Amino acid sequence: MKPLGIIVCVKVVPKPEEVSVNPETRTLDRAKARSELNPPDMNAIEMALALRERYGGSVSLLSMGPPFAAPYLQVGLAMGADHAYLLSDRLFGGADTLPTSFALARGIQKIGEWDLVLCGEESSDGATGQVPAGIAEWLDCSQATYAMDLALLPDGRLRAEREIRGGHEVIAVSLPAVVSVKLGVNEPRFMDMELRRTAPAVTVWNASDLGVDPASLGFEGSPTVVGAVWQAKSPERRREFLDGTLQEKARLLAERIRALVSF
Amino acid sequence: MIPPAYAPDEARGLWVFLEQEGGQLEGVALELLGKGRELARARGILLTGLLLGHGVEAGARQAIAHGADHVVVAEDPLLAAYTTDAYTNVSARIILERKPETLLLGATPNGRDLAGRLAVRLRTGLTADCTGLAWEEGTGLLLGEVTGFGGGVMASIKCARHRPQMATVRPGIFPLPPSDPDHAGRIESVAVSLEAGEIRTQILERVRHAGVDITRASVIVAGGRGVKGDFGPVTELARLLGGEVGASRVACDLGWIGRDHQIGQTGFVTRPKVALVCGISGATQFSVGVKDAGLIVAINSDPEAPIFEEADVCVVDDLFPVLEALIAELKRRRP
Ligand SMILES: Cc1cc2nc3c(=O)[nH]c(=O)nc-3n(C[C@H](O)[C@H](O)[C@H](O)COP(=O)(O)OP(=O)(O)OC[C@H]3O[C@@H](n4cnc5c(N)ncnc54)[C@H](O)[C@@H]3O)c2cc1C
Repeated sequence: MKPLGIIVCVKVVPKPEEVSVNPETRTLDRAKARSELNPPDMNAIEMALALRERYGGSVSLLSMGPPFAAPYLQVGLAMGADHAYLLSDRLFGGADTLPTSFALARGIQKIGEWDLVLCGEESSDGATGQVPAGIAEWLDCSQATYAMDLALLPDGRLRAEREIRGGHEVIAVSLPAVVSVKLGVNEPRFMDMELRRTAPAVTVWNASDLGVDPASLGFEGSPTVVGAVWQAKSPERRREFLDGTLQEKARLLAERIRALVSF
Repeated sequence: MIPPAYAPDEARGLWVFLEQEGGQLEGVALELLGKGRELARARGILLTGLLLGHGVEAGARQAIAHGADHVVVAEDPLLAAYTTDAYTNVSARIILERKPETLLLGATPNGRDLAGRLAVRLRTGLTADCTGLAWEEGTGLLLGEVTGFGGGVMASIKCARHRPQMATVRPGIFPLPPSDPDHAGRIESVAVSLEAGEIRTQILERVRHAGVDITRASVIVAGGRGVKGDFGPVTELARLLGGEVGASRVACDLGWIGRDHQIGQTGFVTRPKVALVCGISGATQFSVGVKDAGLIVAINSDPEAPIFEEADVCVVDDLFPVLEALIAELKRRRP
């Protein structure tokens, strides 16, 4: 079997609980939020490294984001990835899923030889989960979303176990393919300090390196626009703390529940 | 701008993609028809269902009874089970010919698999996982309300110049509309030109569990990492209360319980009258799935657990003795 060229698309996201809406400007306040690699992307990196161990080949990381994303890609390199590429340009900014998947697809083509693209199932900030299928469409290749397990079949196709509503299915898809990996399907490995020291630098490409029309990128290339933004409000809750012995708590609980449902 | 596949002034009607399994429509498809009916009425436009499959006449009739004016049916043995290529190719051909103004899809795994692919094929905008849909005053554009950052932030999104304006909606967001067997509508079969060679996916195995539907439960007893692998007391309590068992993502990831029990951003959005949340810390990604519950009871041994910020009734204690005492109390009071 020939070695696998694997590209993992990753995103640097603000920690969701640290993002708020500025009530005056009604815009997102991310200034205080620390960043991290999107958690499901960590599972995608781990899956890529495990596939490389099993079948041979290489693992490249690809991200689109501001220059500060580069050190987070180094985390992936220190986990064992071979190369890392960052698409960074103001022209990429403000992109919805259409230009995002387009830019990533062009980045993948520029990296060159590849058989498999892995993504996390969704990002913890946007949470659309639509980018992997979008990339597959731009690249005109097969896709397997919400995958839990991957292996190569003797005939060279990819076997993917994926989630469906209320169950799962096992599919075989031809390569090249784009796969989105479910959060939590494996235990991402720790960084290796030796690898961290020897890791190559992150290659940074801007819009003109990709040779694409700037009008199809970023905010300008996005069919959707964000109107109002506001802080989500959950209904006010009573926050009544129950005291007493276990039996007393149980009796109070039963009363509170009984007030709303008959059983 | 990425040029649109067709222009807004050529586009007509509100379409709902009708996901089916074995010829029966998925719950979320019916929920979308209910919401779609309301949206279509408000602007005096037609509500059309798009149904792909094999042997799906009953599903088409079900769609009409749930509010569709018109169902476009594409039947072919190659469409019996969902595959990305078959469903994208056939849907895209029909959409490019009929030019709907709006297309709604359920945000199930396959619904999202299709929506993400189709939106790029059609070079249009897609608003994913809407928690609300409305027409914008003045423009009549679809406004999708979405949550971001694990549920903490909300935004409204629209698609001004590209058609169809696409949106996905998770199961359980909109209520199930009543079925009216007398509602009239037209079922139209369209010819399918699909070759086996277009399909790059082969389904080797498919497992569907009998499946609970926690989106419609009126009582949910949910367990998380704190149950430490033992869903026994949680399940017994749910049974006593006539409810369903819910779970945090961690409990599902650890394989303690099936994925159809998962509540939250990547699970199901529920609106029970009562939710008992046991041994779950209350991360925003979990809480978005219960925030509309009538009453939230939290049982957690950590007084600092964030779940207590969002609960009506709070018990700071080990969940096992509390559940045991509550189960005993309920049994004692049983008539
Ligand atoms: C992109 C993304 C999507 C996600 N989607 C979801 C989602 O849909 N649903 C979801 O649930 N999570 C989701 N998560 C994960 C989420 O962030 C939390 O990690 C998860 O909800 C935590 O689960 P938990 O509360 O069971 O576990 P923990 O956070 O570990 O909490 C366990 C709790 O149990 C308590 N406990 C332990 N022992 C006992 C005891 N004996 N008695 C009483 N209490 C006890 C502890 O005090 C603690 O509060 C998502 C995360 C990401 C990044």
